[in-house]
Amino acid sequence: MGQIEWAMWANEQALASGLILITGGIVATAGQFTKWGFGAYSIAAGVFVCLLEYPRGKRRKGSTMERCGQKYLTRVVKVLGPLSKNYYVRAVLHLGLAVPAGFLLATLLGTACLAIASSIYLLAAFHGEQWTPIESKPKERPQVGGTIKQPPSNPPPRPPAEARKKPSEEEAAASAAVSGGPQENPVLVVDEVV
Amino acid sequence: MGNWVINYWLSVLFLATWLGLNVFLFVHAFLSYEKADKYFYTREILGSALAWARASARCLNFNSMLILLPVCRNLLSFLRGTCSFCRRSLRKQLDHNLTFHKLVAYMICLHTAIHIIAHLFNFEHYSRSRQATDGSLASILSTLSQQEKDEDSWLNPIQSPNMTVEHVTFTSIAGVTGVIITIALVLMVTSAMEFIRRSYFEVFWYTHHIFIIYFIGLGIHGIGGIVRGQTEESLNDSHPHRCAEFFKQWDNHDSYCKHPRFEGLPAESWKWILATGILYIFERILRFYRSKQKVVITKVVKHPSNVLELQMSKRGFSMEVGQYIFVNCPSISYLEWHPFTLTSAPEEDFFSIHIRAVGDWTESLIRAFEQKHSPMPRIEVDGPFGTVSEDVFQYEVAVLVGAGIGVTPFASILKSIWYKFWHADHNLKTQTIYFYWICRETGAFAWFSDLLASLEHEMEELGKVDFLNYHLFLTGWDTNIAGHATLNFDKATDILTGLKQKTSFGRPMWDNEFSTIANAHPKSVVGVFLCGPQTLAKSLSKCCHQYSSLDPRKVQFYFNKENF
Repeated sequence: MGQIEWAMWANEQALASGLILITGGIVATAGQFTKWGFGAYSIAAGVFVCLLEYPRGKRRKGSTMERCGQKYLTRVVKVLGPLSKNYYVRAVLHLGLAVPAGFLLATLLGTACLAIASSIYLLAAFHGEQWTPIESKPKERPQVGGTIKQPPSNPPPRPPAEARKKPSEEEAAASAAVSGGPQENPVLVVDEVV
Repeated sequence: MGNWVINYWLSVLFLATWLGLNVFLFVHAFLSYEKADKYFYTREILGSALAWARASARCLNFNSMLILLPVCRNLLSFLRGTCSFCRRSLRKQLDHNLTFHKLVAYMICLHTAIHIIAHLFNFEHYSRSRQATDGSLASILSTLSQQEKDEDSWLNPIQSPNMTVEHVTFTSIAGVTGVIITIALVLMVTSAMEFIRRSYFEVFWYTHHIFIIYFIGLGIHGIGGIVRGQTEESLNDSHPHRCAEFFKQWDNHDSYCKHPRFEGLPAESWKWILATGILYIFERILRFYRSKQKVVITKVVKHPSNVLELQMSKRGFSMEVGQYIFVNCPSISYLEWHPFTLTSAPEEDFFSIHIRAVGDWTESLIRAFEQKHSPMPRIEVDGPFGTVSEDVFQYEVAVLVGAGIGVTPFASILKSIWYKFWHADHNLKTQTIYFYWICRETGAFAWFSDLLASLEHEMEELGKVDFLNYHLFLTGWDTNIAGHATLNFDKATDILTGLKQKTSFGRPMWDNEFSTIANAHPKSVVGVFLCGPQTLAKSLSKCCHQYSSLDPRKVQFYFNKENF
């Protein structure tokens, strides 16, 4: 079990809990149950939890599958700093969010599930895990013109670069033989071995 | 379209039957609770939420019964074996067992949601009518237990106006078990998400065993009889159609109508899940028994890139091509069983697996076998399971495509084809094989290149060079490798693999490949077999449609995607 990143499972559990909180909250508020105020709170807490948990963190080993459209939320969550990065803080936060929803039956399930997610996050924090955002690396734009050194001096077919690394006198002889041939170079060509 | 229908008609039929049964059970239960006289007074307090809760409960019972069946792999293997004379498509259905398991699980989640929401409304209505002081029928009904001498004849489980719904939930069996099994369900679902399952299999495996809590909880969930209906006796002497409007006079001694008396519904979940529960227990005992049988390790081969080949034999073990086994090594972990595709052919007198180091368990296993001075660790084997890809031998021309680790079952298939060819087996209809191997780099599959090399050699000796055409595509190439390849273009063997067939770089251009094959075999039926990712499956099946001729006598491509 050494390679398990508990935070990944905690993330799924917390996301599910958020959805359960929202559902329970909607039922309680729409049905105007007694103490439906807790239901309204639960909707808000559920939405917050879902938004916080939606961007999946980067795995330590291997590639991580992003959730659909998560990069917009990643930017927001990153800004929250230690709130999102440190799993101890997340564990305490989730526990705190879960408690008020426990006073209403409709949202009690959400409380239980979020509390479990909180404890898995605590376990993850003990193991020293952290939330790192998945960021796409900026595409390196190739410098236009930077890689073009000199136009080739030989007409095609040309052997690959390694074969071209011949001793210089053969090079000179070849270019001398060719320059008067069918290829008329418009610009004076000085052959450089790159 | 025709191809799709041929491949999937049985799946569609099966799923339609399952959905149809679900709908039928739901509607039947819904109508019976919504219309029956027995629940007239219950509905007075609860409204339609009663019917919603009971209908979803019935579907939950049905699906909980079904969900254990697809994971009884020994039972399924037994069915597959006895059905060998059955049509191939029937047996193929048995290989989609895990897909069905997931579908049933989603249905359970859906019905759990409906059930819980309906019961939340029910509890709320009970609570309101208990607290109501308007003398309505609902409130009279709720106070019944206080007036009856017969303690048990109450309707509303909320016995006093001060009792909260939360209190009732946690003091009733139904409430407590309900909360516990729902939490168990949520945990099972979150740990079974594809991402978690593929990356951290142990979390999924161990957490999923809380299904035991789920089933026990489900069995005792209904014992309390919290859903109440009027007793038969009470219906006879005070039928609601007669008496409901005169509820204010129930107290009077001379009225025709007496107070209605109620009884709880008996638990029915256990009736649904008992049979499959026993079947599953039997399956686990069988797995345990099979695993205890002695496995003799006949040979251990270390291949490059940290790949270990284990050749074993076990009494009574018989396999077919493309199957897999579950392996357990008690000295590493008592409880973990890991699946491996068999790489040997059925014609050989041993069975083998190739193990790559991809995680904790595999690395420990390889290290354990590398210890020169300690005795070899004991291995337990369960299986074989899985699809029997004997369809490969039925096609005149077979196109086999293996991507990455998907190449492993083809080792078994190719070896078996070779043996059949050698023994002039009449079951082998195959005349030509086109094998496409696509991987990032050959490192971890060097053992497979060796297999191809030896097959190539043997084909040459027999003078049958055209029987096996294979192409290797390396998708993880760079300019250095390509440069080397260009330089050594004229050499007879490939510099990377040593095979006569040259390695290509990048991905195959399927249009070219298919048109070449179609031209080479204008009148044949070509079977295309893939073990690889979904995107590749899409492009291959598209090509199959495109290059199959409209004339049924000319070339036809049939696409078979198997999850080996």
